[in-house]
Amino acid sequence: MNRIQKIFSEDKKLLSIYFTAGYPAINDTVPILQELEKNGVDMVEIGLPFSDPLADGPTIQASSTQALKNGMTTRLLFEQLKDIRETVSIPLILMAYFNPVLQYGVEEFCAKCKETGIDGLILPDLPLAEYKEHYKAIFEEYGLVNIFLITPQTSESRIRQIDKASNGFIYMVSSASTTGARQGFGEVQRSYFERIAAMQLKNPQIVGFGISNAETFLAATKDANGAIIGSAFIKMLSEKGIDGIENFIHSLR
Amino acid sequence: MKYNVNEKGYYGEFGGAYIPEMLFPNIEELRLNYLKIMREASFQKEFKQLLKAYVGRPTPLYFAKRFSEKYNTKVYLKREDLCHTGAHKVNNTIGQILMAKRLNKTRIIAETGAGQHGVATATVCALMGLECIVYMGEIDIERQAPNVARMKMLGAKVVPATSGSKTLKDATNEAIRDWINNPTNTHYIIGSVVGPHPYPDMVARFQSVISKEIKQQLAEKEGREHPDYVVACVGGGSNAAGAYYEYLNIPEVGIIAVEAAGKGIHSGESAATSALGRMGIIHGSKTLLMQTADGQITEPYSISAGLDYPGVGPMHAHLYTSGRGEFISVTDDDAMRAGLELSKLEGIIPAIETSHALAIFKSRKFKEDDLVVVNLSGRGDKDLNTYIDYFNL
Repeated sequence: MNRIQKIFSEDKKLLSIYFTAGYPAINDTVPILQELEKNGVDMVEIGLPFSDPLADGPTIQASSTQALKNGMTTRLLFEQLKDIRETVSIPLILMAYFNPVLQYGVEEFCAKCKETGIDGLILPDLPLAEYKEHYKAIFEEYGLVNIFLITPQTSESRIRQIDKASNGFIYMVSSASTTGARQGFGEVQRSYFERIAAMQLKNPQIVGFGISNAETFLAATKDANGAIIGSAFIKMLSEKGIDGIENFIHSLR
Repeated sequence: MKYNVNEKGYYGEFGGAYIPEMLFPNIEELRLNYLKIMREASFQKEFKQLLKAYVGRPTPLYFAKRFSEKYNTKVYLKREDLCHTGAHKVNNTIGQILMAKRLNKTRIIAETGAGQHGVATATVCALMGLECIVYMGEIDIERQAPNVARMKMLGAKVVPATSGSKTLKDATNEAIRDWINNPTNTHYIIGSVVGPHPYPDMVARFQSVISKEIKQQLAEKEGREHPDYVVACVGGGSNAAGAYYEYLNIPEVGIIAVEAAGKGIHSGESAATSALGRMGIIHGSKTLLMQTADGQITEPYSISAGLDYPGVGPMHAHLYTSGRGEFISVTDDDAMRAGLELSKLEGIIPAIETSHALAIFKSRKFKEDDLVVVNLSGRGDKDLNTYIDYFNL
């Protein structure tokens, strides 16, 4: 059992944090991971910065631009993470746009993830059909969980297809938006959360986009198994740096 | 070999739809409906009427006598510069606005580089009474001020793209982000044969009116439908796709694509994608792309805002790698001189994009009896300031 699958077998609402590798400073990646684990975060998504992050709003875009300016590359990230499993044991997921992965070589990338102790991947612009046809076998060979997104507009039949192709969890985008665009949830989100809960999917669900504090974390995890905080965490990092992590995490639940 | 898109949305190994899930419902709706809608008799009727009465088609196929004498070959110019709004871009925006209406969309977004596509989109939105938002790089807003003013007069909202290089690539990113945030009422009118399938094919089909007319006009003038060569400039590649379309699968018609070398292919300031790019993903399409070893998209450069794009449509990527197309790149300097030369020889001031296509005759020699059609994609009014600065006019 992969670390991701294992953590979902525990009966708790998972708190997951996203941050961009190489931000605020180039060598912050490992200290941030250690600090997150120390403060009880259940899972982390490490963003590989990309020049053209289509699904991201201004906060994550700016962190990516800065991380690239700082000199972050795919090779450097793997180098920084090579001993991470000596100090960090929570599930780690890499979130990357597909082009940098394609240029590294999909198989080489997956092999390196396994060697490093990465448990799963979120590649938002790698569509389901391409994944199934060309890459599923590679992901499975290296024991990586591939995580797909669904949105309030995703049809029921497509959700079923995604559920079938998934083996870790499903990433529920709370509203049709780029990251960091909205705060809080309205009636549309509540009914979407309930609709998905009623579908009895085989994979657990984690809600992302629009979660920034204890109130939204609680609302998001009423039906779902956990929630992801990204832009709000990056904003905090920009203002307070690594020292601000402890207070931020403890304010959430 | 066939050079049209296949049923999976690919041209050879290029194309596809590499999009975030948030865009899937919109792209899927378009993919399932675009051919069906385009085949409807009522659609075709409305499209053709507007092209004729509003755009001013067919555009002339003009024999450039003095230009031909100078280069000792037979050159025809397809006068897309005479289209309403001054370039071929409007062929596509007319088609897509009719598509958007049939898909019940009420809000239109677009990206623009030189501003020609932005103006063409704002124009059809005014014509149909639809809300129009155009994303344009902050740098392009400065260097294409007249087109910004035209869009505003036409009732469009022009939103500056302030990320990255602040040019066409970034304007496209912002338009895509807008579409993610407005998933139900909005249609995105992409201006070139780029983006996720079905856009490259849909835009190429709307632009194919160019080569349909060339065939007919050449038959009248020369007694043959097929020239020896069709020449067009390529940024994303929509005017080229339209000019090549009817000839893609006719091997005796040579296809020549002209890219912007900027200050020289290896100067570090260039937009010659076929020479400098390798396969990658940009704006939802797998295509040739200028990028770092690490897969970060690099900033292109060209004096012409319309060619200032780090990728190329997947159809063109396939034409290049398969060897079907001959790809030539032209520097800023050569393009500017060619623009001035055409003005003096034929009394036609071309857009700087088009000037790139005209510049190849200096070094690419044709036989005396070769019949060469150059797609004169746009007129130079919008570039007057650049011409003035360059030549101290």
